[in-house]
Amino acid sequence: MNRLASVETAAPFAAAPAGLHTALAVRRWDPRLYQIATLAGLLGYGLGWLDLEIQPQTALAILASALATQLACARLAGRGRFDPRSALISGLSLCLLLRTGSLSLAMLAAVVAIASKFTVRIRGKHVFNPTNFALVAMMLAAQDVWVSPGQWGSGIVFAFLLAAAGGLVVNRAARADVTVAFLACYSGLLVGRSLWLGEPLAIPMHRLENGALILFSFFMISDPRTTPDSRLGRLLFAAFVALGAYTVQFWLFRTNGLLWSLALCSLGVPLIDRLLPGPRYRWTTVETFRPGERNLV
Amino acid sequence: MKPMAILVAAMLIVALAAPTVLAFCGFYVAKADSKLFNHASQVVLVRHENKTVITMANDFKGDPKEFAIVVPVPTVLEKGQIRVGDRALIEHLDAYSAPRLVEYFDDDPCRPVARYDFLQAARQRAMVLQETMAERARSLGVTIEAQYTVGEYDILILSARESAGLETWLRDSGYRLPAGASSVLGSYLKQGMKFFVARVNLKEQGRLGFTYLRPLQMAFDSPKFMLPIRLGTLNADGYQELFVYALTRKGRVETTNYRTVRLPTGTDLPVYVKDEFPQFYRAMFAEQVKRESMRAVFLEYAWDMGWCDPCAADPLSPEELRKLGVFWLAESESGSAVNRPRSRPGGPVDVFLTRLHVRYDATSFPEDLVFQETADRANFQGRYILRHPWKGEAKCEAAERYRQALRIRAEREAANLSSLTGWPIEDVRRKIGPVSGGEGRPDDRAWWQKLFGE
Repeated sequence: MNRLASVETAAPFAAAPAGLHTALAVRRWDPRLYQIATLAGLLGYGLGWLDLEIQPQTALAILASALATQLACARLAGRGRFDPRSALISGLSLCLLLRTGSLSLAMLAAVVAIASKFTVRIRGKHVFNPTNFALVAMMLAAQDVWVSPGQWGSGIVFAFLLAAAGGLVVNRAARADVTVAFLACYSGLLVGRSLWLGEPLAIPMHRLENGALILFSFFMISDPRTTPDSRLGRLLFAAFVALGAYTVQFWLFRTNGLLWSLALCSLGVPLIDRLLPGPRYRWTTVETFRPGERNLV
Repeated sequence: MKPMAILVAAMLIVALAAPTVLAFCGFYVAKADSKLFNHASQVVLVRHENKTVITMANDFKGDPKEFAIVVPVPTVLEKGQIRVGDRALIEHLDAYSAPRLVEYFDDDPCRPVARYDFLQAARQRAMVLQETMAERARSLGVTIEAQYTVGEYDILILSARESAGLETWLRDSGYRLPAGASSVLGSYLKQGMKFFVARVNLKEQGRLGFTYLRPLQMAFDSPKFMLPIRLGTLNADGYQELFVYALTRKGRVETTNYRTVRLPTGTDLPVYVKDEFPQFYRAMFAEQVKRESMRAVFLEYAWDMGWCDPCAADPLSPEELRKLGVFWLAESESGSAVNRPRSRPGGPVDVFLTRLHVRYDATSFPEDLVFQETADRANFQGRYILRHPWKGEAKCEAAERYRQALRIRAEREAANLSSLTGWPIEDVRRKIGPVSGGEGRPDDRAWWQKLFGE
């Protein structure tokens, strides 16, 4: 699997001799494959052990809809090559998070997720993490959709495993800085709040052990395609998301603060990119990289 | 301080010079009066948009003058926002939603099949309070925001600048607070909450003639959908039990900061469980709690209030639901202004019931319960099945196969029961006794033992 991780490294290789290509490229695997494997593993664990409220046929319908939409949109957008990886990631994430009693709404969510990548774009970059956008849009528009943030429980061992697996993904995706900055800010806010209220530290610890938080930090906010291009921009972005999530949860008393906050803050990313420009990230591969092509996924 | 409109409820019972400090409420599921769950509370949460009506019940059995309750509330509650509820309604809600036993009787294996269903359900509990005063309040930074008598209760709504003053005032006023109360009171104060303090007014109680303490009910607006449990963990001796009956419009309610797990259901059990159903329920619940390391909230029932199948008790009538605080029924009623015929229990009503059961202590449940209403309207109930073997004569080829199947079935039922409750399988087998129609249980010797003998 000869994948390169970012445009910064990919660009010189594009002009390099073919032999060098392969020799250097094989060292790195596409982080998305780790991500797909991890998400699929989590889905299996959730279905088998945690009794997640999703029927296998709903999961299959979501995955099929995501892939079909990716295929259709890629064709329509004139990008010949069908790449199922990002669509699979979005589909699996939806299976893990989206809850609905309606099969058609589940499928619609998958279509919305993938279509958003192709339609909601500013300066050639899609604005929202597809899964995040689909969840928020469906929760706003449909009655029969919800997200269960408590479904993973707070087993610390499980959280650790999830973090380790997710860590692998972000390291490969070279956007660990968002995850680290977000977790640092959010933990700071939670611990600070409890210290101010005089609560035992068991309370913020319990909140941080939440599987949904870990999943969000390592698999959603770290999406390299929708985070700001510059490091400083990403750190700022992470801090805003943490602050927003805290506000939703502790000032507005609503659930799913992480999702709402990420969606809202994503709207500010083009501005951050304008103020603090940086090199654009891309999931590039040696075979598929073509100069001038942008936003493959 | 933020303009907080938090939700309510929770549970600190302070005993007035009482030798023992009791948990907020008590819950018993009983058949023939046997206690099932101790140290338990029952809370009915009616919720739609930001409007909440909460009813809290317990079965305090001691001297009413030794009883008091302190509950953090989001806002100063006016007298009209508090009333005394009806214990029978909560009992009805409990009976309607309790785990149930279903019986099937096998038919003559030599004839075609027909089935009969019926069931039996579990039972329950009650509630209470006491009196007040107010002197050094000001000097301690404690403000008595409101003071009134509702039914047999004297009620105070307190706010305070800081927890030490509040604690001192409560102690001076004769309330025994558990150790550690100050910091918990302080954290609620900093979140802008007030304290609802209720005691039994003995004169009023005598006049009204109630021999038990009735539930307290309060109505308020708050975006926060949660149940403060932290105060309750302070005075608890060991773990506590909490039943939450959520009545909503859209669908099932679940906790967002703890895992909500479905109770095992639909399992075939040995027939003898019929006489030990309360013990079975208690043991099974304990076993499931253990499996989840006491870190989960259990879903025991989720059903549209319009019907049930099978019914452990009739669904609550619209009138009963209104008394429990289902305000949207009252609104739609008055809106239509139609003089309807008698409310028919079991008729279509716009109410979804979720019954949650939690066993908790301060270690496993460090923070208050936070809920959300989902759009899930799928029905769920704790339902356990007894299958009675055919007792009559049966002489045909099918009967032989039936008897073989019975032995396998008995073993499977024994394994189910043992796995659900943690009871040793040998004990279960002993209680099942010889399987009718066969020579005891299936031969579970290894194949070589069967081949070579013992």
